[in-house]
Amino acid sequence: MSDINIVVEDREGNTTELVAPTDMGLSLMEFLKACEYDVLATCGGMALCATCCVDVMEGEEKLNEMSDDEYAMLDTLPDLLPNSRLACQLQLSPVMNGLKVRLHAMD
Amino acid sequence: MISTDIAIIGAGPVGLFAIFEAGLLKMRCHLIDYLPQVGGQLSEIYPKKPIYDIPGYPTVLAQELIDNLVEQAKPFHPGYTLGERIEGLEKRGEADFVLTTNMGTIIEAKVVVIAGGLGCFEPRKPAVAGLEQFENGRGVNYMILDPEKYRGQKMVIAGGGDSALDWTIFLADVVSELTLVHRSESFRGAPDSVNKVMELAESGKINLVLNSNLNSVSGEGKLESVEVIHNRTMETTSYEADHLIPLFGLSPKLGPIEQWNLNISKSAIEVNTDDYSTNIPGIYAIGDINTYTNKLKLILCGFHEAALMSHSAYQYMNPGIKYTMKYTTVNGVTEF
Ligand SMILES: Cc1cc2nc3c(=O)[nH]c(=O)nc-3n(C[C@H](O)[C@H](O)[C@H](O)COP(=O)(O)OP(=O)(O)OC[C@H]3O[C@@H](n4cnc5c(N)ncnc54)[C@H](O)[C@@H]3O)c2cc1C
Ligand code: FES
Repeated sequence: MSDINIVVEDREGNTTELVAPTDMGLSLMEFLKACEYDVLATCGGMALCATCCVDVMEGEEKLNEMSDDEYAMLDTLPDLLPNSRLACQLQLSPVMNGLKVRLHAMD
Repeated sequence: MISTDIAIIGAGPVGLFAIFEAGLLKMRCHLIDYLPQVGGQLSEIYPKKPIYDIPGYPTVLAQELIDNLVEQAKPFHPGYTLGERIEGLEKRGEADFVLTTNMGTIIEAKVVVIAGGLGCFEPRKPAVAGLEQFENGRGVNYMILDPEKYRGQKMVIAGGGDSALDWTIFLADVVSELTLVHRSESFRGAPDSVNKVMELAESGKINLVLNSNLNSVSGEGKLESVEVIHNRTMETTSYEADHLIPLFGLSPKLGPIEQWNLNISKSAIEVNTDDYSTNIPGIYAIGDINTYTNKLKLILCGFHEAALMSHSAYQYMNPGIKYTMKYTTVNGVTEF
Protein backbone atom coordinates (compact mmCIF):
# COMPACT_ATOMS: atom_id res chain seq x y z
CA MET A 1 0.00 0.00 0.00
CA SER A 2 1.80 3.11 -1.17
CA ASP A 3 -0.88 5.75 -0.60
CA ILE A 4 -0.78 8.06 2.41
CA ASN A 5 -3.22 10.49 3.97
CA ILE A 6 -2.35 14.17 4.07
CA VAL A 7 -4.50 16.86 5.65
CA VAL A 8 -4.36 20.23 3.91
CA GLU A 9 -5.69 23.52 5.23
CA ASP A 10 -6.11 26.22 2.58
CA ARG A 11 -5.69 29.96 3.18
CA GLU A 12 -9.40 30.33 3.94
CA GLY A 13 -9.12 27.77 6.76
CA ASN A 14 -10.88 24.90 4.91
CA THR A 15 -9.42 21.53 5.82
CA THR A 16 -9.44 18.53 3.46
CA GLU A 17 -8.04 15.05 3.94
CA LEU A 18 -6.39 13.82 0.76
CA VAL A 19 -4.99 10.50 -0.38
CA ALA A 20 -1.56 10.91 -1.94
CA PRO A 21 0.50 8.36 -3.89
CA THR A 22 4.10 7.82 -2.79
CA ASP A 23 5.23 5.72 -5.75
CA MET A 24 5.13 8.44 -8.40
CA GLY A 25 8.10 10.51 -7.25
CA LEU A 26 5.89 13.52 -6.53
CA SER A 27 6.87 16.33 -4.23
CA LEU A 28 4.25 17.77 -1.89
CA MET A 29 4.23 20.90 -4.11
CA GLU A 30 3.42 18.85 -7.23
CA PHE A 31 0.69 17.00 -5.34
CA LEU A 32 -0.86 20.24 -4.05
CA LYS A 33 -0.84 21.68 -7.58
CA ALA A 34 -2.39 18.49 -8.95
CA CYS A 35 -5.16 18.92 -6.36
CA GLU A 36 -5.66 22.48 -7.71
CA TYR A 37 -4.52 24.31 -4.58
CA ASP A 38 -3.47 27.90 -5.08
CA VAL A 39 0.28 27.27 -5.06
CA LEU A 40 2.24 29.37 -7.55
CA ALA A 41 5.47 27.32 -7.49
CA THR A 42 7.04 29.82 -9.87
CA CYS A 43 10.45 28.16 -9.98
CA GLY A 44 9.04 24.69 -10.62
CA GLY A 45 10.64 23.14 -7.55
CA MET A 46 14.15 24.56 -7.49
CA ALA A 47 13.89 26.14 -4.01
CA LEU A 48 14.27 29.52 -5.69
CA CYS A 49 10.93 31.24 -5.23
CA ALA A 50 9.34 30.28 -1.86
CA THR A 51 5.88 30.44 -3.46
CA CYS A 52 5.21 26.81 -2.44
CA CYS A 53 5.71 27.42 1.28
CA VAL A 54 3.58 25.44 3.75
CA ASP A 55 3.41 25.49 7.53
CA VAL A 56 3.60 21.99 8.95
CA MET A 57 0.95 21.60 11.66
CA GLU A 58 1.46 17.92 12.47
CA GLY A 59 4.16 15.42 11.55
CA GLU A 60 7.12 17.82 11.29
CA GLU A 61 9.38 15.22 12.92
CA LYS A 62 8.72 12.82 10.03
CA LEU A 63 10.16 15.16 7.43
CA ASN A 64 13.64 15.17 5.94
CA GLU A 65 16.17 17.72 7.25
CA MET A 66 16.21 21.08 5.53
CA SER A 67 18.95 21.58 2.97
CA ASP A 68 20.95 24.81 3.05
CA ASP A 69 19.19 25.93 -0.14
CA GLU A 70 15.76 25.42 1.41
CA TYR A 71 16.79 27.22 4.59
CA ALA A 72 18.31 30.13 2.67
CA MET A 73 15.18 30.57 0.55
CA LEU A 74 12.78 30.32 3.48
CA ASP A 75 14.90 32.85 5.29
CA THR A 76 13.89 35.52 2.75
CA LEU A 77 10.24 35.34 3.91
CA PRO A 78 9.22 38.19 6.19
CA ASP A 79 6.73 35.99 8.06
CA LEU A 80 8.60 32.70 8.29
CA LEU A 81 7.31 30.41 11.04
CA PRO A 82 9.49 27.86 12.85
CA ASN A 83 7.43 25.11 11.17
CA SER A 84 7.52 26.54 7.62
CA ARG A 85 8.86 24.33 4.81
CA LEU A 86 9.10 24.48 1.02
CA ALA A 87 6.58 21.93 -0.32
CA CYS A 88 8.76 21.36 -3.40
CA GLN A 89 11.56 20.02 -1.21
CA LEU A 90 9.34 17.42 0.49
CA GLN A 91 9.18 14.23 -1.53
CA LEU A 92 6.04 12.23 -0.67
CA SER A 93 6.98 9.04 1.18
CA PRO A 94 5.18 6.44 3.31
CA VAL A 95 6.60 7.90 6.55
CA MET A 96 4.65 11.09 5.86
CA ASN A 97 1.31 9.38 6.47
CA GLY A 98 -0.86 11.64 8.63
CA LEU A 99 1.04 14.83 7.79
CA LYS A 100 -0.98 18.02 8.29
CA VAL A 101 0.01 21.18 6.44
CA ARG A 102 -1.41 24.65 6.02
CA LEU A 103 -0.72 26.78 2.94
CA HIS A 104 1.52 29.62 4.08
CA ALA A 105 -0.10 33.05 3.94
CA MET A 106 0.71 34.92 0.74
CA ASP A 107 1.49 38.62 0.83
CA MET B 1 6.99 62.93 -21.49
CA ILE B 2 8.45 59.98 -23.39
CA SER B 3 7.13 59.33 -26.87
CA THR B 4 7.73 56.10 -28.77
CA ASP B 5 6.27 53.73 -31.35
CA ILE B 6 5.96 50.72 -29.05
CA ALA B 7 5.83 50.83 -25.25
CA ILE B 8 6.84 47.46 -23.86
CA ILE B 9 5.73 46.71 -20.29
CA GLY B 10 8.28 44.28 -18.87
CA ALA B 11 11.98 43.96 -19.64
CA GLY B 12 12.22 40.19 -19.34
CA PRO B 13 13.76 38.12 -22.16
CA VAL B 14 10.61 38.38 -24.28
CA GLY B 15 10.28 42.17 -23.97
CA LEU B 16 13.99 42.53 -24.77
CA PHE B 17 13.78 40.37 -27.90
CA ALA B 18 10.70 42.31 -29.04
CA ILE B 19 12.96 45.40 -29.37
CA PHE B 20 15.02 43.57 -31.98
CA GLU B 21 12.05 42.24 -33.92
CA ALA B 22 10.35 45.66 -33.89
CA GLY B 23 13.66 47.33 -34.77
CA LEU B 24 14.02 45.27 -37.94
CA LEU B 25 10.71 46.85 -38.99
CA LYS B 26 11.98 50.33 -38.06
CA MET B 27 9.75 50.72 -35.00
CA ARG B 28 11.22 52.30 -31.87
CA CYS B 29 10.65 50.75 -28.45
CA HIS B 30 10.63 52.00 -24.87
CA LEU B 31 10.69 49.40 -22.09
CA ILE B 32 9.42 49.87 -18.56
CA ASP B 33 10.14 47.52 -15.66
CA TYR B 34 9.50 47.75 -11.94
CA LEU B 35 12.78 46.03 -11.23
CA PRO B 36 15.90 48.21 -11.17
CA GLN B 37 17.52 45.94 -13.78
CA VAL B 38 16.40 44.29 -17.03
CA GLY B 39 16.09 40.50 -17.32
CA GLY B 40 12.80 39.58 -15.65
CA GLN B 41 12.72 36.14 -14.02
CA LEU B 42 16.14 35.24 -15.42
CA SER B 43 18.00 38.06 -13.66
CA GLU B 44 15.80 38.12 -10.58
CA ILE B 45 15.30 34.43 -9.78
CA TYR B 46 17.93 32.36 -11.52
CA PRO B 47 20.79 34.45 -13.00
CA LYS B 48 23.45 31.79 -12.43
CA LYS B 49 21.46 28.76 -13.63
CA PRO B 50 22.22 27.25 -17.02
CA ILE B 51 19.40 27.10 -19.59
CA TYR B 52 19.51 24.25 -22.11
CA ASP B 53 16.58 24.89 -24.45
CA ILE B 54 17.55 28.05 -26.29
CA PRO B 55 18.11 27.15 -29.96
CA GLY B 56 21.76 27.40 -30.92
CA TYR B 57 22.99 27.48 -27.34
CA PRO B 58 23.64 23.97 -25.98
CA THR B 59 23.85 25.77 -22.65
CA VAL B 60 23.74 29.40 -21.60
CA LEU B 61 23.61 31.05 -18.17
CA ALA B 62 20.38 32.97 -17.64
CA GLN B 63 22.21 36.28 -17.05
CA GLU B 64 24.42 35.67 -20.10
CA LEU B 65 21.32 35.24 -22.27
CA ILE B 66 19.93 38.52 -20.94
CA ASP B 67 23.24 40.32 -21.56
CA ASN B 68 23.22 39.00 -25.14
CA LEU B 69 19.62 40.08 -25.71
CA VAL B 70 20.50 43.60 -24.51
CA GLU B 71 23.49 43.62 -26.88
CA GLN B 72 21.36 42.35 -29.78
CA ALA B 73 18.81 45.14 -29.16
CA LYS B 74 21.44 47.93 -29.00
CA PRO B 75 21.42 48.92 -32.71
CA PHE B 76 17.83 50.06 -32.23
CA HIS B 77 18.59 52.34 -29.26
CA PRO B 78 15.68 51.38 -27.03
CA GLY B 79 14.68 53.59 -24.12
CA TYR B 80 14.44 52.11 -20.64
CA THR B 81 12.49 53.29 -17.59
CA LEU B 82 13.58 51.00 -14.77
CA GLY B 83 12.47 50.84 -11.14
CA GLU B 84 8.98 52.08 -12.04
CA ARG B 85 5.70 50.22 -12.26
CA ILE B 86 3.17 50.91 -15.00
CA GLU B 87 -0.10 51.69 -13.27
CA GLY B 88 -2.33 53.55 -15.71
CA LEU B 89 -3.17 52.90 -19.33
CA GLU B 90 -5.44 55.22 -21.25
CA LYS B 91 -6.41 55.32 -24.88
CA ARG B 92 -6.16 58.78 -26.37
CA GLY B 93 -7.74 59.55 -29.74
CA GLU B 94 -7.85 56.94 -32.45
CA ALA B 95 -4.46 55.35 -32.15
CA ASP B 96 -2.36 56.48 -29.21
CA PHE B 97 -1.95 55.13 -25.72
CA VAL B 98 -0.75 57.00 -22.65
CA LEU B 99 0.93 54.99 -19.91
CA THR B 100 1.72 56.31 -16.43
CA THR B 101 4.07 54.89 -13.84
CA ASN B 102 3.89 54.96 -10.04
CA MET B 103 6.58 57.68 -10.13
CA GLY B 104 4.54 59.86 -12.46
CA THR B 105 6.49 59.17 -15.67
CA ILE B 106 4.28 59.45 -18.76
CA ILE B 107 4.92 57.38 -21.88
CA GLU B 108 2.99 57.96 -25.08
CA ALA B 109 2.99 55.12 -27.61
CA LYS B 110 1.21 54.05 -30.75
CA VAL B 111 1.21 50.42 -29.66
CA VAL B 112 1.43 48.80 -26.21
CA VAL B 113 3.04 45.40 -25.75
CA ILE B 114 2.51 43.72 -22.40
CA ALA B 115 5.45 41.41 -21.74
CA GLY B 116 4.83 41.38 -18.00
CA GLY B 117 5.63 37.71 -17.35
CA LEU B 118 4.26 36.55 -14.03
CA GLY B 119 3.40 40.14 -13.21
CA CYS B 120 5.25 42.81 -11.38
CA PHE B 121 7.93 41.56 -9.02
CA GLU B 122 6.88 43.34 -5.87
CA PRO B 123 8.68 43.35 -2.54
CA ARG B 124 7.50 41.04 0.22
CA LYS B 125 6.56 43.31 3.09
CA PRO B 126 6.94 42.39 6.75
CA ALA B 127 3.79 42.55 8.87
CA VAL B 128 4.74 45.62 10.88
CA ALA B 129 1.87 47.92 11.86
CA GLY B 130 1.99 51.38 10.33
CA LEU B 131 4.80 50.63 7.86
CA GLU B 132 2.78 52.04 4.92
CA GLN B 133 2.59 55.50 6.49
CA PHE B 134 6.37 55.82 6.01
CA GLU B 135 6.44 54.54 2.42
CA ASN B 136 6.75 56.84 -0.62
CA GLY B 137 9.63 59.04 0.42
CA ARG B 138 9.00 59.10 4.18
CA GLY B 139 11.68 56.61 5.16
CA VAL B 140 10.63 53.09 4.21
CA ASN B 141 11.89 51.66 0.91
CA TYR B 142 11.92 48.10 -0.35
CA MET B 143 14.49 48.54 -3.12
CA ILE B 144 17.63 50.61 -3.28
CA LEU B 145 17.78 52.48 -6.56
CA ASP B 146 20.24 55.25 -5.69
CA PRO B 147 22.54 54.49 -2.73
CA GLU B 148 23.81 58.10 -2.73
CA LYS B 149 20.39 59.19 -1.45
CA TYR B 150 21.32 57.65 1.90
CA ARG B 151 24.74 59.28 2.36
CA GLY B 152 25.39 60.40 5.93
CA GLN B 153 22.03 59.15 7.24
CA LYS B 154 20.95 56.52 9.76
CA MET B 155 19.66 53.28 8.30
CA VAL B 156 18.18 49.96 9.42
CA ILE B 157 18.26 47.04 6.97
CA ALA B 158 16.15 43.93 7.74
CA GLY B 159 16.64 40.54 6.12
CA GLY B 160 19.17 37.76 5.86
CA GLY B 161 19.40 36.97 2.17
CA ASP B 162 22.12 37.89 -0.29
CA SER B 163 20.70 41.32 -1.08
CA ALA B 164 20.53 42.29 2.63
CA LEU B 165 24.17 41.20 3.01
CA ASP B 166 25.36 42.87 -0.20
CA TRP B 167 23.68 46.19 0.55
CA THR B 168 24.96 46.15 4.14
CA ILE B 169 28.52 45.78 2.87
CA PHE B 170 28.04 48.50 0.25
CA LEU B 171 26.24 51.00 2.46
CA ALA B 172 28.45 50.58 5.54
CA ASP B 173 30.75 53.26 4.08
CA VAL B 174 27.95 55.46 2.75
CA VAL B 175 25.55 55.91 5.68
CA SER B 176 26.45 57.35 9.10
CA GLU B 177 24.95 54.49 11.12
CA LEU B 178 23.81 51.09 9.91
CA THR B 179 21.91 48.36 11.77
CA LEU B 180 21.29 44.97 10.18
CA VAL B 181 18.41 43.02 11.73
CA HIS B 182 18.14 39.31 11.01
CA ARG B 183 15.71 36.77 12.36
CA SER B 184 18.13 33.88 12.97
CA GLU B 185 21.59 33.65 14.48
CA SER B 186 23.46 32.81 11.32
CA PHE B 187 23.33 33.70 7.64
CA ARG B 188 23.17 31.20 4.79
CA GLY B 189 24.23 33.69 2.12
CA ALA B 190 27.46 33.59 0.10
CA PRO B 191 30.23 32.78 2.65
CA ASP B 192 32.36 35.68 1.44
CA SER B 193 29.54 38.18 2.09
CA VAL B 194 28.77 36.61 5.48
CA ASN B 195 32.44 36.98 6.50
CA LYS B 196 32.52 40.63 5.41
CA VAL B 197 29.37 41.44 7.39
CA MET B 198 30.82 39.74 10.49
CA GLU B 199 34.04 41.74 10.11
CA LEU B 200 32.05 44.98 9.80
CA ALA B 201 30.18 44.08 13.00
CA GLU B 202 33.38 43.19 14.88
CA SER B 203 35.06 46.43 13.88
CA GLY B 204 32.01 48.37 15.09
CA LYS B 205 31.14 49.75 11.63
CA ILE B 206 27.63 48.27 11.76
CA ASN B 207 25.24 47.10 14.51
CA LEU B 208 24.44 43.46 13.86
CA VAL B 209 21.20 42.46 15.58
CA LEU B 210 20.60 38.71 15.30
CA ASN B 211 17.69 36.50 16.46
CA SER B 212 15.47 39.55 16.12
CA ASN B 213 12.54 40.82 14.10
CA LEU B 214 11.17 44.23 13.24
CA ASN B 215 8.55 45.14 15.84
CA SER B 216 7.35 48.67 15.16
CA VAL B 217 8.19 51.92 13.40
CA SER B 218 7.59 55.45 14.60
CA GLY B 219 8.12 59.07 13.69
CA GLU B 220 6.34 62.38 13.16
CA GLY B 221 5.53 62.62 9.44
CA LYS B 222 8.73 60.78 8.55
CA LEU B 223 10.52 57.77 9.98
CA GLU B 224 12.54 58.47 13.13
CA SER B 225 13.02 55.13 14.85
CA VAL B 226 12.67 51.39 14.39
CA GLU B 227 11.95 49.03 17.27
CA VAL B 228 13.32 45.52 17.13
CA ILE B 229 12.25 42.55 19.25
CA HIS B 230 14.57 39.69 20.27
CA ASN B 231 12.73 36.51 19.33
CA ARG B 232 13.80 34.54 22.42
CA THR B 233 14.05 37.05 25.26
CA MET B 234 11.23 39.23 23.78
CA GLU B 235 13.30 42.26 24.81
CA THR B 236 12.79 45.31 22.60
CA THR B 237 15.42 47.81 21.48
CA SER B 238 14.86 51.02 19.57
CA TYR B 239 17.24 52.36 16.89
CA GLU B 240 17.18 55.88 15.52
CA ALA B 241 16.65 55.64 11.78
CA ASP B 242 16.03 57.96 8.85
CA HIS B 243 15.54 54.95 6.59
CA LEU B 244 14.31 51.39 6.95
CA ILE B 245 14.97 48.96 4.11
CA PRO B 246 13.22 45.60 4.55
CA LEU B 247 14.81 43.17 2.04
CA PHE B 248 12.75 39.98 2.06
CA GLY B 249 12.80 39.18 -1.63
CA LEU B 250 10.19 39.77 -4.29
CA SER B 251 7.04 37.98 -5.31
CA PRO B 252 5.16 38.46 -8.59
CA LYS B 253 1.72 40.07 -8.75
CA LEU B 254 -0.41 40.83 -11.82
CA GLY B 255 -1.32 44.16 -10.23
CA PRO B 256 -2.69 47.08 -12.26
CA ILE B 257 -2.89 45.14 -15.57
CA GLU B 258 -6.01 43.45 -14.20
CA GLN B 259 -7.92 46.75 -14.30
CA TRP B 260 -7.43 47.54 -18.00
CA ASN B 261 -10.50 45.76 -19.41
CA LEU B 262 -8.41 43.09 -21.06
CA ASN B 263 -9.84 39.58 -21.27
CA ILE B 264 -8.10 37.73 -18.46
CA SER B 265 -8.20 34.08 -17.55
CA LYS B 266 -6.43 32.73 -14.44
CA SER B 267 -4.14 35.77 -14.13
CA ALA B 268 -3.07 35.64 -17.81
CA ILE B 269 -4.18 37.74 -20.78
CA GLU B 270 -6.15 35.99 -23.52
CA VAL B 271 -4.70 36.57 -26.99
CA ASN B 272 -5.37 35.77 -30.63
CA THR B 273 -2.61 33.39 -31.71
CA ASP B 274 -2.54 34.90 -35.23
CA ASP B 275 -0.57 37.85 -33.87
CA TYR B 276 -0.81 37.81 -30.04
CA SER B 277 -3.18 40.77 -30.04
CA THR B 278 -5.58 41.23 -27.13
CA ASN B 279 -9.24 42.22 -27.17
CA ILE B 280 -8.15 45.91 -27.30
CA PRO B 281 -6.81 46.92 -30.75
CA GLY B 282 -3.21 48.17 -30.48
CA ILE B 283 -2.46 46.21 -27.29
CA TYR B 284 -0.54 42.95 -27.56
CA ALA B 285 0.50 40.45 -24.87
CA ILE B 286 3.54 38.21 -25.33
CA GLY B 287 5.55 35.80 -23.17
CA ASP B 288 4.48 34.28 -19.86
CA ILE B 289 1.69 36.83 -19.35
CA ASN B 290 -0.54 35.55 -22.14
CA THR B 291 -2.68 32.46 -22.42
CA TYR B 292 -4.09 30.40 -25.30
CA THR B 293 -4.75 26.74 -26.00
CA ASN B 294 -1.57 24.71 -25.44
CA LYS B 295 0.42 27.73 -24.22
CA LEU B 296 3.93 26.80 -23.07
CA LYS B 297 5.61 29.24 -20.70
CA LEU B 298 9.00 29.00 -22.37
CA ILE B 299 11.43 31.70 -23.47
CA LEU B 300 11.53 30.16 -26.95
CA CYS B 301 7.74 30.50 -27.33
CA GLY B 302 7.86 34.12 -26.15
CA PHE B 303 10.48 34.89 -28.84
CA HIS B 304 8.20 33.49 -31.55
CA GLU B 305 5.30 35.54 -30.19
CA ALA B 306 7.48 38.70 -30.28
CA ALA B 307 8.16 38.17 -34.01
CA LEU B 308 4.51 37.71 -34.96
CA MET B 309 3.46 40.62 -32.73
CA SER B 310 5.96 42.94 -34.43
CA HIS B 311 4.64 42.26 -37.91
CA SER B 312 1.07 42.82 -36.76
CA ALA B 313 2.05 46.01 -34.86
CA TYR B 314 3.70 47.28 -38.08
CA GLN B 315 0.45 46.73 -39.99
CA TYR B 316 -1.53 48.38 -37.17
CA MET B 317 0.72 51.45 -37.27
CA ASN B 318 0.97 51.57 -41.06
CA PRO B 319 -2.42 50.55 -42.39
CA GLY B 320 -2.39 50.01 -46.14
CA ILE B 321 1.41 49.65 -46.41
CA LYS B 322 2.33 46.09 -47.27
CA TYR B 323 5.52 44.86 -45.62
CA THR B 324 7.42 42.02 -47.24
CA MET B 325 9.39 39.94 -44.80
CA LYS B 326 13.14 40.04 -45.40
CA TYR B 327 15.77 37.80 -43.84
CA THR B 328 18.48 39.43 -41.75
CA THR B 329 20.92 37.42 -43.86
CA VAL B 330 19.77 39.52 -46.82
CA ASN B 331 19.33 42.91 -45.21
CA GLY B 332 21.63 42.69 -42.20
CA VAL B 333 20.71 44.73 -39.15
CA THR B 334 20.34 48.37 -40.09
CA GLU B 335 20.51 50.52 -37.00
CA PHE B 336 18.61 53.73 -36.54
C1 LIG C 1 13.70 28.92 -11.90
C2 LIG C 1 13.18 29.06 -13.31
C3 LIG C 1 13.81 28.35 -14.31
C4 LIG C 1 13.35 28.48 -15.63
N1 LIG C 1 13.98 27.78 -16.62
C5 LIG C 1 13.59 27.94 -17.92
C6 LIG C 1 14.25 27.25 -18.98
O1 LIG C 1 15.18 26.46 -18.73
N2 LIG C 1 13.83 27.47 -20.26
C7 LIG C 1 12.79 28.32 -20.55
O2 LIG C 1 12.47 28.49 -21.73
N3 LIG C 1 12.14 28.96 -19.57
C8 LIG C 1 12.51 28.78 -18.26
N4 LIG C 1 11.83 29.44 -17.26
C9 LIG C 1 10.68 30.27 -17.64
C10 LIG C 1 11.18 31.61 -18.17
O3 LIG C 1 11.96 32.25 -17.18
C11 LIG C 1 9.97 32.47 -18.54
O4 LIG C 1 9.26 31.82 -19.57
C12 LIG C 1 10.45 33.84 -19.04
O5 LIG C 1 11.12 34.54 -18.03
C13 LIG C 1 9.26 34.66 -19.51
O6 LIG C 1 9.76 35.87 -19.95
P1 LIG C 1 8.87 37.19 -20.00
O7 LIG C 1 9.74 38.21 -20.63
O8 LIG C 1 7.55 36.85 -20.60
O9 LIG C 1 8.54 37.55 -18.48
P2 LIG C 1 9.43 37.79 -17.17
O10 LIG C 1 10.77 37.19 -17.28
O11 LIG C 1 8.56 37.36 -16.04
O12 LIG C 1 9.58 39.38 -17.13
C14 LIG C 1 8.46 40.20 -16.94
C15 LIG C 1 8.89 41.53 -16.38
O13 LIG C 1 7.76 42.42 -16.41
C16 LIG C 1 7.82 43.27 -15.29
N5 LIG C 1 6.47 43.81 -15.06
C17 LIG C 1 5.30 43.14 -14.96
N6 LIG C 1 4.27 43.99 -14.78
C18 LIG C 1 4.81 45.25 -14.77
C19 LIG C 1 4.27 46.57 -14.61
N7 LIG C 1 2.96 46.78 -14.43
N8 LIG C 1 5.13 47.62 -14.63
C20 LIG C 1 6.46 47.44 -14.80
N9 LIG C 1 7.03 46.20 -14.96
C21 LIG C 1 6.21 45.14 -14.95
C22 LIG C 1 8.31 42.36 -14.17
O14 LIG C 1 8.92 43.12 -13.13
C23 LIG C 1 9.32 41.47 -14.92
O15 LIG C 1 10.64 41.95 -14.82
C24 LIG C 1 12.25 29.32 -15.94
C25 LIG C 1 11.63 30.05 -14.92
C26 LIG C 1 12.09 29.93 -13.61
C27 LIG C 1 11.44 30.73 -12.52
S1 FES D 1 8.44 25.85 -6.16
FE1 FES D 1 9.80 27.49 -5.92
S2 FES D 1 10.57 27.21 -3.95
FE2 FES D 1 9.24 25.56 -4.21
